[in-house]
Amino acid sequence: MAKSSVTTMSGAMVSRAIVDSFKKLDPRIMVKSPVMFVVEVGFVITLLLSFDPNLFGGNYGPHSGERAFNIVVTVILFITVLFGNFAEAIAEGRGKAQAESLRKAKTDLSANRKKADGSYETVAATTLRKDDVVRVIAGEMIPADGEVIQGLGSVDESAITGESAAVIRGAGGDFSSVTGGTKLLSDELIIRVTANPGESFLDKMIGLVEGASRQKTPNELALSVLLAGLTLIFLIVVDTLEPMAIYVHGKIDVATLIALLVCLIPTTIGALLSAIGIAGMDRVIRFNVIAKSGKAVEAAGDVNTLILDKTGTITIGNRLASEFVAVGRHTEKELIELAVLSSLFDETPEGRSVVDLGKEKGVSFVREKYHDAENVEFSADTRMSGLTLVDGTMVRKGAVDAISRHVIERGGSIPEDLREKTDRIAMEGGTPLAVVREKEIYGLIYLKDIVKSGMRERFEELRKMGIKTVMCTGDNPLTAATIAKEAGVDDFIAEAKPEDKMRLIKEEQALGKLVAMSGDGTNDAPALAQADVGLAMNTGTPAAKEAGNMVDLDSDPTKLIEVVSIGKQLLITRGAITTFSIANDVAKYFAIIPAIFLYVLPQLGALNIMALTSQRSAILSALIFNAVIIPLLIPLAMKGVKYRPMSATSMLMRNILLYGIGGVIAPFVGIKLIDIIITWLGMANI
Amino acid sequence: MTFSGVVGIITVVALVLILSIPLGGYIHRVFTGERSWFEPIFAPFERLLYRLIGVNPKVEMDWKVYIKSLLILNFVMALFVYLVFRLQGVLPLNPDGVPSMNWALAFNTAASFVSNTNWQSYAGESSMSYLGQMVAITYLQFTTAATGVVAAIAFVRGVVANRSSSLGNFWIDLIKVHTRLLLPLAVVLAIVFVGLGVPETLQGAASVHTLQGASQIISRGPVASLEAIKQLGTNGGGYFNANSAHPFENPSTITDVLQILAMALIPTALIATFARFIKNRRQGVVLYVLLTSTLLIGAFVVYANEAIGNPMLHHLLGLSGPNMEGKEVRFGVGLSSLFTAATTAFTTGAVNNMHDSLMPISGLIPLLFMMFNTVFGGIGAGLLNILMFLVITVFLSGLMVGRTPEIFGKKIEAREIKLATAAMLVHPFVILIPTAVALVTKAGTSSILNPGLHGLSEVLYAFTSAAANNGSAFAGLNANTTFYNVLLGLVIMIGRYVSIVAMFAMAGSLAKKAVIPESVGTLRTDTYAFGGVFVAVVVIVGALTFFPALAIGPIGEHLQMWAGHLTR
Amino acid sequence: MINVWRSLRFLVVSVVLLGVIYPVVITGIGQLVFPFQANGSMVSLNGRIVGSELIAQAVTSPGLFHPRPSAVNYAANGSGGSNLGSTNPALVKEVQANIANVEKHNPGTLVSSIPTSMVESSGSGLDPDISIRDAMIQIPRIAAATGLSQSALKNLVAHYEQGPFLGIWGHSMVNVMQLNLAIKREAQ
Repeated sequence: MAKSSVTTMSGAMVSRAIVDSFKKLDPRIMVKSPVMFVVEVGFVITLLLSFDPNLFGGNYGPHSGERAFNIVVTVILFITVLFGNFAEAIAEGRGKAQAESLRKAKTDLSANRKKADGSYETVAATTLRKDDVVRVIAGEMIPADGEVIQGLGSVDESAITGESAAVIRGAGGDFSSVTGGTKLLSDELIIRVTANPGESFLDKMIGLVEGASRQKTPNELALSVLLAGLTLIFLIVVDTLEPMAIYVHGKIDVATLIALLVCLIPTTIGALLSAIGIAGMDRVIRFNVIAKSGKAVEAAGDVNTLILDKTGTITIGNRLASEFVAVGRHTEKELIELAVLSSLFDETPEGRSVVDLGKEKGVSFVREKYHDAENVEFSADTRMSGLTLVDGTMVRKGAVDAISRHVIERGGSIPEDLREKTDRIAMEGGTPLAVVREKEIYGLIYLKDIVKSGMRERFEELRKMGIKTVMCTGDNPLTAATIAKEAGVDDFIAEAKPEDKMRLIKEEQALGKLVAMSGDGTNDAPALAQADVGLAMNTGTPAAKEAGNMVDLDSDPTKLIEVVSIGKQLLITRGAITTFSIANDVAKYFAIIPAIFLYVLPQLGALNIMALTSQRSAILSALIFNAVIIPLLIPLAMKGVKYRPMSATSMLMRNILLYGIGGVIAPFVGIKLIDIIITWLGMANI
Repeated sequence: MTFSGVVGIITVVALVLILSIPLGGYIHRVFTGERSWFEPIFAPFERLLYRLIGVNPKVEMDWKVYIKSLLILNFVMALFVYLVFRLQGVLPLNPDGVPSMNWALAFNTAASFVSNTNWQSYAGESSMSYLGQMVAITYLQFTTAATGVVAAIAFVRGVVANRSSSLGNFWIDLIKVHTRLLLPLAVVLAIVFVGLGVPETLQGAASVHTLQGASQIISRGPVASLEAIKQLGTNGGGYFNANSAHPFENPSTITDVLQILAMALIPTALIATFARFIKNRRQGVVLYVLLTSTLLIGAFVVYANEAIGNPMLHHLLGLSGPNMEGKEVRFGVGLSSLFTAATTAFTTGAVNNMHDSLMPISGLIPLLFMMFNTVFGGIGAGLLNILMFLVITVFLSGLMVGRTPEIFGKKIEAREIKLATAAMLVHPFVILIPTAVALVTKAGTSSILNPGLHGLSEVLYAFTSAAANNGSAFAGLNANTTFYNVLLGLVIMIGRYVSIVAMFAMAGSLAKKAVIPESVGTLRTDTYAFGGVFVAVVVIVGALTFFPALAIGPIGEHLQMWAGHLTR
Repeated sequence: MINVWRSLRFLVVSVVLLGVIYPVVITGIGQLVFPFQANGSMVSLNGRIVGSELIAQAVTSPGLFHPRPSAVNYAANGSGGSNLGSTNPALVKEVQANIANVEKHNPGTLVSSIPTSMVESSGSGLDPDISIRDAMIQIPRIAAATGLSQSALKNLVAHYEQGPFLGIWGHSMVNVMQLNLAIKREAQ
């Protein structure tokens, strides 16, 4: 599912959608959309009337033109229904195309399953059950979702993520999860299967993108109720119009009543509602995020609080040396030399950055010259690393308190300005590393957390949307505060433990807020489950992926921000088209009501402000407009209404202006244009 | 239209606002249990009433218990007054020898008065005994107004509750509305009315020899006591057939102004009460501004059309001047127009001029106001309707800004929309369907007085008035037939109780939800932008639903009239 | 069931309080403090009650002011308006008859000078007041019939004229009963 694969509608997709729109004419399917079902019923009635215009009474002679009128209405109604079905089919079509590309990854796989006696047998992947253990060697496809229990290897996950770069998967930790249908490129893995056939991640994805497991979301449900209510209201309006007309000695034929009904009920939104939902899910998928339900996407639009890990999400994840701060009577030069020396064989990103910064400042050592020196790696116990030179001189860098203790133990003294300078670095959000030679502290290396570029602006955007961001970090409060300030997040929790995250989520939820978070580790799983929107990283543990309600295939935690936008866009699109649809009715009334009563109440002609040519051209123009507007809005339904972070009130104003006022005006123009065309074609008096 | 007439209308409305805001605060204090200055009088009296009725003031009710108590009491009261109407001929306090009502009229009147509609198929002076006027009419005008208030208060409690199911105690609320609000106001107003000329006597009709020596029987009775609560409780069920146009009900210009103030006072105050409950002053201000402007626009449309007068009379007879048919000289066109707008905005239903004789567009305004049923609306019921439309508006605009809609911190989900839609469906159902039925049946059309499109308006007006629990009428329609008595009675009941139950269910559902704190992303409902959308939704839902009927009713008649077309 | 029982108790208590005690108390206060108004503002001539100041009565005598047309023939026990709609031919007919009536009793009156209130029925059928213009049209007739001078009658109208309340509510008008009583007393 490469990002570019299905962003445009191909000819094949369109032709398949056309076929599908006919299949969807089945009343059992149509009834799921009550609004369009009413149109279909209307179509059946006018169809019958096309054969016998006097079916429901009336006395239309062969030259009354009634039959021709009925036929035209029938055709327009049929097209209206088809347009609605087409919108849904084309939206589903995209999903189907994506599902197909996924299915390719699921071609007949075989697996080496471990038998009870420890030997391996070759079986079809479909026979694998949860907790089976399989072995995969380089070049083979991974047969099922699972957890690596032994081995380390690089895996090509492009079939799922569309990213061509291989990823490392290995036993233990947070990178142990593998997905069926991906290819092992190197080494050998022993994998414990975590999903039964049909329940695998790939299966779920296929189901999701195909819309097979699509359920109406809460807001969609509420909107459907409202639309059904409006349809019922207009059904009453139209049904009671006939008796009222009889009272004023008028007469309205059935086809005209049906035309009026179809014009009034919210067909535009009724036809596009499911397409909007499907397209919304589809947009999420195109961001390489798999939402387990439409509900999750909608919930994302409502999120009040976003909890983000600092490391890897807000900052690039590694702290880099940015400054050398000498202490006591030592010069910066002495300090740099010693610092670079201590990091000479340190392969960690921090160590490399010290060497790099030293080089920038003109200090470099040739590694070979210190080949005999003993490299002391960092350990959690000593919390320092460095070199012990051949002459026994100890050069170390490490946590300030560890180094201080080290010096005091050896009878050295702590320079007076060490504490002050340490505090300054910590206050600025940096991490100070003390550099020591024997029992003499030379100074500090200022390690700095680098905030990813563009994060500040994104948090600013979120704030405009009304979303509070909370940064989670294991750093001390001082460091955390500085990073928080630099990144522009609203709040932070320092020295955070997994339980803290959980507590924060619960606290926010108790206040009635919706919380989103991203996570990858097993210890994130409970919090991911507790959060209203839990975005699990694809690289994460199976537990995390199971707990979250969305999975990001690119494992980019900042995706949450996009998902929030998409969730909002989904709702806005529905709201906008609903408003547009209802606003349209004003013009349709002005077209149809004066037309209906043209003969009994000619004075009502004053309401014919569009100056439509004839009774029938007025009714047909309104009906045609009603049909044509559906395909015209399909692109909007698919793309979604543009979302820009701004205050809710100004967005309301903007959308009301565009879709409300626009919805009142557009049909006046459209109906008039269609009337001109009908008149020009000489069909105004059929 | 005259300048002083315009100033007069604006002044009355301004007085309403000035009086209603402190009263709204007072009502809020009553229902949050704060002590009032008159606590030493109220509290022991209420304790006595609690004991007599057997209620425990400490019991809290959820929505189901609350609404059940409300409905059962309404049923019991309806049954009681039905019996009074059926038996008044043989009961005491009947100096004018009024006969008992037939079953259809008694049903219609009971349904109408128990639901605060106060539609009158009967003519008061000839069909209602003094006993009926007192223990049925005056009595119910208290309790049903109180019912409206407590329903609204209970709903608002649901809105502000945070994960709780209690809406208060129905009996306590009901008694407090009487003791602390309606009764004191009514006593004061009734005495003022007597002073200004409204009769209050238990003597029978006066038989006099006129200046020309003819005899005239002048009906009277305990009018002032009824008149006060008739307006305060937005009831509108008058003592006499001519209602507030009758010089005994409304003897002077000043009583007319007082009546408008009285009917507007509590519905308007409840908006302020609501704003206090939700602790959002701005919300109250926005609603005040929008609703007041709508009221004024309506009043001025009526005023303008009435002031121009009837073009046909000018054209055919050379008569020119404002339309005074069905109007009283002491009110003139200005106060008559305001009364017409106000009585339908506040769904009181009292009339000081005959709506049937209004110009077509002037008749359209009361129709629209009743169809909207939200221009402040009737006592309590108006606030409920406003909230129902707010829910729908919030839902649509919530979608438009990309958030699950929430109103006053409560999420609006499928259940709320279902209930709001049900409440919204009531009007089209009980207005359009019975109107259609009446227009094609002999029983329906034979009651129509005015021919042509105006006849359609008469029928439409009757069912709209019944559905909106208003009670005013295009009185040319002879509604005292079995057909209309039964049909209107049913419409009245559905119009009142289906929406109240739906709104209570919503209150129950909202009460249980947690309050979501406001953030930048929350769609504020206390802005004029949102208010504008609210008005648009009310107008569009109202207008779209009824546009065809209105087009061949008043709008068509208006166009015909100016085209010089006299109905055949 | 407890609800029904409680409803019944509430019914009894509230009917007594609101349906009996309240109106009786108001009646008591009314009769005590405002006996004239409380009994219907009855006015008498020579010790005999001739009607209510607030209720119009049929007057056809040329020597008295005529009230506005009444759709119920001034039946004070059956109030009401005509309820005729603005496009109803019956309305035209009714107004036409009323104009003819005005012209007959007040010869020389131009239609265009007749105030609409003078020829259109009131809402209650009992409207006790007429507009000043209405009264002025009637003055020549009354002067001729009673021998009172037109200026005396004009003064009478001016004396009983009720202005718009506070200048903004209502119109200038005059109570017919007050005028006619004054004329009767003058005549005696």
